[in-house]
Amino acid sequence: MWGIIRQRAACKGNHALNLEQGIRAIALRAFSSSAKQMTVRDALNSALDEEMSADPKVFIMGEEVGEYQGAYKISKGLLDKYGPDRVVDTPITEAGFAGIGVGAAYYGLRPVIEFMTFNFSMQAIDHIINSAAKSNYMSAGQISVPIVFRGPNGAAAGVGAQHSQCYAAWYGAIPGLKVLAPYSSEDARGLLKAAIRDPDPVVFLENELLYGESFPISDEVLDSSFSLPIGKAKIEREGKDVTITAFSKMVGYALQAADILAKEGINAEVINLRTIRPLDRSTINSSVRKTNRLVTVEEGFPQHGVGAEICATVVEDSFEYLDAPVERIAGADVPMPYAANLERMAVPQVEDIVRAAKRACYRSR
Amino acid sequence: MAQLTHRTTAFQKTLSAAILSTRHLSTSPITVETSVPFTAHNIDPPSRSVETTPQELLTFYRDMALMRRMEIAADSLYKSKLIRGFCHLYDGQEAVAVGMEAAITKKDCIITARMFEGEGRFDALYKKEGGFYGGHGIVGAQVPLGCGLAFAQKYSKDENVTFAMYGDGAANQGQLFEALNMAALWDLPAILVCENNHYGMGTAEWRAAKSPAYYKRGDYVPGLKVDGMDAFAVKQACKFAKEHALKNGPIILEMDTYRYHGHSMSDPGSTYRTRDEISGVRQERDPIERIRKLILSHDLATEKELKDTEKEVRKEVDEAIAKAKESPLPDPSELFTNVYVKGYGVELNKSLLELDLTNLSRFSVEQSLVLFSNIKLTLLVIDCISQSFGADRKELRAVLP
Repeated sequence: MWGIIRQRAACKGNHALNLEQGIRAIALRAFSSSAKQMTVRDALNSALDEEMSADPKVFIMGEEVGEYQGAYKISKGLLDKYGPDRVVDTPITEAGFAGIGVGAAYYGLRPVIEFMTFNFSMQAIDHIINSAAKSNYMSAGQISVPIVFRGPNGAAAGVGAQHSQCYAAWYGAIPGLKVLAPYSSEDARGLLKAAIRDPDPVVFLENELLYGESFPISDEVLDSSFSLPIGKAKIEREGKDVTITAFSKMVGYALQAADILAKEGINAEVINLRTIRPLDRSTINSSVRKTNRLVTVEEGFPQHGVGAEICATVVEDSFEYLDAPVERIAGADVPMPYAANLERMAVPQVEDIVRAAKRACYRSR
Repeated sequence: MAQLTHRTTAFQKTLSAAILSTRHLSTSPITVETSVPFTAHNIDPPSRSVETTPQELLTFYRDMALMRRMEIAADSLYKSKLIRGFCHLYDGQEAVAVGMEAAITKKDCIITARMFEGEGRFDALYKKEGGFYGGHGIVGAQVPLGCGLAFAQKYSKDENVTFAMYGDGAANQGQLFEALNMAALWDLPAILVCENNHYGMGTAEWRAAKSPAYYKRGDYVPGLKVDGMDAFAVKQACKFAKEHALKNGPIILEMDTYRYHGHSMSDPGSTYRTRDEISGVRQERDPIERIRKLILSHDLATEKELKDTEKEVRKEVDEAIAKAKESPLPDPSELFTNVYVKGYGVELNKSLLELDLTNLSRFSVEQSLVLFSNIKLTLLVIDCISQSFGADRKELRAVLP
């Protein structure tokens, strides 16, 4: 019976899987002029534009999303196109407008609420968790909340302790929420579209430093019906010696680390989590069962972090396959410093990932 | 809880209907004066004269008697541990619910605070198709949510309003003012109803608010102070507020009301106020007594007929309780239902199958079938599977459908 199922799965294929292979092929030829490039900013903007065009119930609400064109220009041009009823500038009152967004979602609209950074989401966190995440469960399915909370998350550059926290672990703990963390432009487009179309509350964690980065992008990704599945991680780089998991900006660092490790004969597999909740335990475990070693990478605080959950899940499901203790790379266990040299020490760097991978392979001194 | 019962009970063929049909009086209009005039802030108040009918008077009486009976029943159910968690009783405040209901339609939305956990499912406490968006456990959260409902009503161009209800305790919440500011900026059809029963848990209003004139606290938003023990004043105010909100944006209604019980079942209600105060209000201002006097003075029913209505209502409540007692606790599989509306678009691969099936024996037959049918569906449509966990994750894993 399983043979038939496996056969069916292979035949039906996976749209995303084919896409991945296509993208990888393009990426290998990344620097040829025929590949299209798109910044993460444009990817997000185009996703918002297309979803608003497709569904009149979608609207954007947040500080400076309208006349200012977006604090980080993510919503540029949308006010002119859709008008002030659908691109709503708010006063600086996160608790108020997050609650208003959730109430609108109760009624059946599809709000996209922007937090200028997720640090400010703490002012509204009661509405995200108690009013949004738990409502479908508490009302036995009567009141669903098709809302998206989006904005930059984690450290930027030199913005200090109160503006640099990563919230992936906090929101990732909450049943009822879906938590996404895109890396590339394809991720940004596909996951934002999936988030807006999803009937459940989604926390969409972007990264300010990635907004300006360009990634190669295929025609399929540019199609307005494109979306990526929620809950599925992507293997950015296949390998066989050690698995490195990462999300958001750290995926780029992990890929750089993998290149360095390759020169030293360590073939690392890099997993781009894409979704923090639900975690793609299946992909992570399959990878660890293949490589037998794991390094988790995140920007946020180490205690109770995403890496801790990944480590626990691998120990639970794939213990016999581990040949070395799981290594965790995370932000330093301090509030983010302002001084540039201290800030550099507080955020994971490529060398940290390389060193941890070597330890996992018993190759350090 | 009693608010909800009132809202969702359809008008039944009752004693009151029988009384009215024998007297052929049901729809002839009566004019009633509110107990006190309205006090207004930044607006001209509505008139004290309220149009009503014998049918409405008898319905008010019956509905309030039903609510009162429900609260008393809830009291004893809680004490016999059939209701768990917190239980906040509403007796004394019935006129607010009944008066409001008479002024609005099922398309208008209501959102409030105060919920309790009882036997059975939560779905009884929410009724989206009736416009009731639930009781919310976080004090004050319901006000921005209510303004959000109003935002959506305006966005959708429905000519309806939202009543966001809160107490004097919640009236000082910052998020209320954040939401009110936006409601006023954007002219949302939101009516903020402060049920001022003068005590936020055990804290009297003058100890919690520098300005307990809650109808004035909207500043630039107009407000009306209403005798919340007078169902007709409430009805008049809600009608007035609805017309205002549809044209001019938000308005605050302060209902001056009183609760006889303490804040919750563990509160005797007498450590922060005197028993004389409670019995004084019960004698002078009880909402059901007020309607009873009106009915008798207009000769719409006899004392005996009203007593019979009370007996009928008591029987109805007892029957409902008996039915609730019989209904079973939810099936264990319900632990995992409705966490999400939709599962995830994840391709099933073999290792996930292996992981799930090790626990199959611990699921019931029904759950196993769901698991299998989900797996088949997943392979064909590449959709919807993810895991959730019980307390012992090796013992209980669920596939969220």
